[in-house]
Amino acid sequence: MASYSTNEFRGGLKLILDNDPCSIIENELVKPGKGQAFNRVKLRNLKTGRVLERTFKSGESVEAADVIDVEMEFSYNDGEFWYFMDPVTYEQIAAPDSAMVDSGKWIKAQELCTVTLWNGAPLVVAAPNFVELAVTETDPGLKGDTAQGGTKPATLESGAVVKVPLFIEEGEMLKIDTRSGEYVSRVKA
Amino acid sequence: MHQNWQPTASLQNIKIRARILQAIRAFFAERNVLEVETPVISNAAVTDPQIESFQIESFQVENFQVESFSGQNHSQHHQKDYYLQTSPEFYMKRLLAAGSGDIFQLAKVFRDDENGRYHIPEFSMLEWYRVGFNHHQLMDEMQSLISGLMPEEKKHFQRISYQQAFINELQIDPFDADVHALKQCAQKHNIETPQGMDDGGMDDGGMDDRGMDNDRGMDDDKDIWLDWLMVEKIAAGFAKNSFTFLYDYPASQASLARLDKDDARKANRFELFYGELELANGYYELTDANEQAQRFESDNEIRRQRQQKTMPVDYALLAALQSGLPDCSGVALGIDRLLMLLTGVGHIKEVISFGDEFER
Repeated sequence: MASYSTNEFRGGLKLILDNDPCSIIENELVKPGKGQAFNRVKLRNLKTGRVLERTFKSGESVEAADVIDVEMEFSYNDGEFWYFMDPVTYEQIAAPDSAMVDSGKWIKAQELCTVTLWNGAPLVVAAPNFVELAVTETDPGLKGDTAQGGTKPATLESGAVVKVPLFIEEGEMLKIDTRSGEYVSRVKA
Repeated sequence: MHQNWQPTASLQNIKIRARILQAIRAFFAERNVLEVETPVISNAAVTDPQIESFQIESFQVENFQVESFSGQNHSQHHQKDYYLQTSPEFYMKRLLAAGSGDIFQLAKVFRDDENGRYHIPEFSMLEWYRVGFNHHQLMDEMQSLISGLMPEEKKHFQRISYQQAFINELQIDPFDADVHALKQCAQKHNIETPQGMDDGGMDDGGMDDRGMDNDRGMDDDKDIWLDWLMVEKIAAGFAKNSFTFLYDYPASQASLARLDKDDARKANRFELFYGELELANGYYELTDANEQAQRFESDNEIRRQRQQKTMPVDYALLAALQSGLPDCSGVALGIDRLLMLLTGVGHIKEVISFGDEFER
C-alpha cells in the first residue's frame, strides 16, 4: 500500500482520509522553532466535493489514493449509466448518476470530459469549462426589449435550462460556462 | 523552453532588506557589540531531534581519531561528512569562551525539510550574545532594536511567562499537567487532535518494563502536546498587531538554556512572536559543560528511538564550555520573517532575492 509522508505533502496530492479519496488544496507547515512540527492541510473530498481541514503531526504517513484524471469522450446515457470512451484505446467505462454531479446536463455526444478514476472506477465526471449547445426551446424575443438587458429561460439540446438575453432565438448555438451555469455568448455558425 | 530567471523579491523589498541590515549593524556598533563571522560548514551538527541539518558528502574518504569529551579515543568518521549550520550558536559560544566579549552575526543558516509560507531551507539569522545579561535584559535590548526598525503602528510589546499564558488561555499549569490532563484540556477546549497523536503511545496507564525508556517516551509525548496547544491556542491567542515575549519554557524544552535557579521545572528560554508568528528564540545560556553533554546525548537517544540519524556531537563546544563560557544571554532572530512584517508580503520568498530554489 503506497503512502505519503507529511514532508511530501503539496497541492494536488491525492490521499485517503476517512476512507474517502481527497486532494490537497493547501499545505501549511506549522513549526515551533524548537518543537514538534505540524502540517495544517486543506483538502477537497473528491467524492463529495466538500473542503475539509486537517492537522497532522509532521512525520506521519497517510495512505495514498490511486486517483487519476483521464480525458474521455461521452457516448450516451441509458437512463442508468453514463458511458464514456477513451478516444485512444476505445476502452469504455460506465459512470453512475452519482459521479455526474452537475455535469450530465451540460454534455452531448462526443463531448470530451475529465473523468476522475479511483482504483480504476469513475468517481467524478467534470464537463469542460465551456460547452457549445443549441437552443431547442425559448420564447420569441421582443425587438424593443434589448435595451433593458432583460433575460428569459432557454432550453438547450442537452436538457439544461439557462437564462439568455431576449434576442436569442431557437436553433442558435450558445457558449455556456458550465462552472457558473451562465450564458457567455452566441457562437457564429 | 521558458526558463524563469527573475528574482522572487521585488527590487523594493531587496532595498528594504539592505536598509534593515544597515540599521542592525548601526545598532550594534553604537553599543560596542562586535560583528563576527564563523564557518557555515562544520564537522559537528546540532543534535536537536526537531531540526535537520543538511549533510555535505565529501568525495574524500578518511579515517581519523577523535578524542571525545571524556578523554577516550573514537574512530569518528570513515567518510568525511560535513554539515551546514542550522545556527551559528556553537561557533559563537567558542568565541565567547575565548574572551570575545559581546558579539553579533548576520548569518545564513540551513534547515532541511522546512518549506512553507514562513519557512525556507536557507534563511538569514541575526544572532547576538551579551555578556552579563540575563534573558530579561536581552529581551529589553531586543525590544529596543525592533522598535527602531518598525513603523509607529507596529511597536506594541508585551511579556508573559509560558506558565501564565497556559493558565490564562487554557486554565492549566503546563509544568504540573501530565499528558492525560493536557489531552483532556484539549478536548474541553474543542481543540482538534492532530492525526498521529491519537495512537497507542498516548494512554497513560501504559507502563512497561523498560523503565527509563518509558518515562522518556512519556515526556516526549507531553512536549508534543504542549507544542500543539502552544501553536493552536496560546500563540493563536496573542494580540494580533503586537510583539509578545513568551519566557521561561518547561525544562524539557530548555534546549541550550539554563534551568531557572529557583524553579528547576522551568528553563530561562524565551521566544518572540508577532501575533502568532514566531520570530526569535533566546536563552540565558547554559554554561555547564556536563549538562550540555547530557542534553546532546539525550537528543541523540531520542533520535535513535525515532529512527532518525544521530548527529556528531560538537566536542569543541563542550571543551569550550568546560574551559568557561562567561555568564551571558543570546538570541537568534529570523531576518526574513521580520522583513515579511515590514513589507506585508504573504510568502517568505517575496523578501528573498531568489526564494524559489527549493520549490518542487
